[in-house]
Amino acid sequence: MIQIRLEKTLKAGENGLKIDVEFTIQQGMFACLYGPSGAGKTSTLRMISGLLQPDRGFINTPKNLWLDSDNNISTNPKNRNIGYVFQDAALFPNMTVLENLEYALTSETDTKYLHELIELTKLDELCHRKPNTLSGGQKQRVALARALAQKPALLLLDEPLAALDSFSRSELQGCLLQIHKKFHLTTLLVSHDIDEIVKLSDQVFVLDHGKLTKQGAPKTIFTQESLNANFEIKGKVLQIEQRETKFCVTVLIQETQVQIWAQKSEIQKLKVGNEILVGAKNFNPFFLKPSK
Amino acid sequence: MNWDPIILTFQLASVTTFLLFFIALPLSYWLSQTKNKFKPLIETLVSMPLVLPPTVLGFYFLIAFSPGNFFGSWLHEWLGIQLVFSFSGLVIASILYSLPFMVHPIQSGLTNLPTSLSDASRLMGKSRTTTLFKVLLPNCKASLLTGVILSFAHTIGEFGVVLMIGGNIPGETKVASIAIYDEVEAMNYKTANAYSLLLCVSTFAILLFVYLQNGGYLKKYKR
Repeated sequence: MIQIRLEKTLKAGENGLKIDVEFTIQQGMFACLYGPSGAGKTSTLRMISGLLQPDRGFINTPKNLWLDSDNNISTNPKNRNIGYVFQDAALFPNMTVLENLEYALTSETDTKYLHELIELTKLDELCHRKPNTLSGGQKQRVALARALAQKPALLLLDEPLAALDSFSRSELQGCLLQIHKKFHLTTLLVSHDIDEIVKLSDQVFVLDHGKLTKQGAPKTIFTQESLNANFEIKGKVLQIEQRETKFCVTVLIQETQVQIWAQKSEIQKLKVGNEILVGAKNFNPFFLKPSK
Repeated sequence: MNWDPIILTFQLASVTTFLLFFIALPLSYWLSQTKNKFKPLIETLVSMPLVLPPTVLGFYFLIAFSPGNFFGSWLHEWLGIQLVFSFSGLVIASILYSLPFMVHPIQSGLTNLPTSLSDASRLMGKSRTTTLFKVLLPNCKASLLTGVILSFAHTIGEFGVVLMIGGNIPGETKVASIAIYDEVEAMNYKTANAYSLLLCVSTFAILLFVYLQNGGYLKKYKR
């Protein structure tokens, strides 16, 4: 169990942002920090890793006490044994993929584990390439393997999939989940993608303006206000138009645009660009096998 | 034509650049990382040679190193070193005079690297020194090369500082830029032209090499 309590006032934004969070991550859990941009997700992650010093805080892990500001204890980031995947992958451009992984190894003799990682993340053919010749998805796979090379006590992922196309994203999500289970990792992922969170995490912490507003299982959190639906799928509002007395909402679901009729009361909270859950009652689905 | 001033010029530029590199490296790294309140003061001092007339710097060196003054006499009596009108004096003055030409490119190269690179290395348990030598410096090779070459070329072009501190001693402190001035004074335009042309061609070649290398034009010829 990792207990986390952090307080920090950031100067960013017009009035600054006061982060004040307290939560616990169970050992072996895939947890997720969810919230809009500027809610303080990345700063929270950086404070956990020690890259950003909180004004006050307490972080206790099963093996070590990382932070106790009241007693002036703050373990150096390099001694916290944290695997961190940055949004920009942060691969070292001067090293090949293999050299990047080797650099992160804690002991020279750990090559068997390294080869296992390379196999799991399907990096065999990329080993001798430099990072600037890789695609976004490949870079993040290398970054993930590199973060795991040090056998971290906690794996922190700062929106590593945010900039990827849906195919690479889905592929890497599968890889992430497989690795998390195989190595019994404790993982904290920052994401603002509901679909991703539902797919990957056991528990979600919702952060808004630096405060934790909700926490629980993703299903419970994201369907609390809804819906009582038999079926739900995530989409993005592209257009809202009035057609006589009704409204037609165009929603982008994955790569398909769907038009849905809605009442005035339903569209009042909606704006173009909103991410929404589309639910359906009395829904009678059928399956078709896609033709190749 | 006497080749001594040309040889001395390149000797001075090489020694200055070599020593300056090792002085500028920690200084540039510190400036790129620190949030110390004295940073602006240090940056100003490093940049002073860019705006000061070289004679001002040379004048103060002359005063400081003169055996008639405390520092100069202390150096002479205790360490047996005389910096005025000597090659070692020229080297020290040149190092200070060329300091911004080495520090600025390296500092800006280090500052422009994404902070996530050093953060990632720290979280892997690496020390600051390992991070500097294994991650940061190899990723700003172009800035290092620019710093080295600019300092070298700038030392070749020195006149005011070396004249003030070094005087005009043949074989000891008479560098090419001073030899040119001497030859013009003596109306030996032919020799002055030979020295000048040599300096023009060599500095042109050095700078062209930097631009070719940093622009990646030389890579296609490798294999």
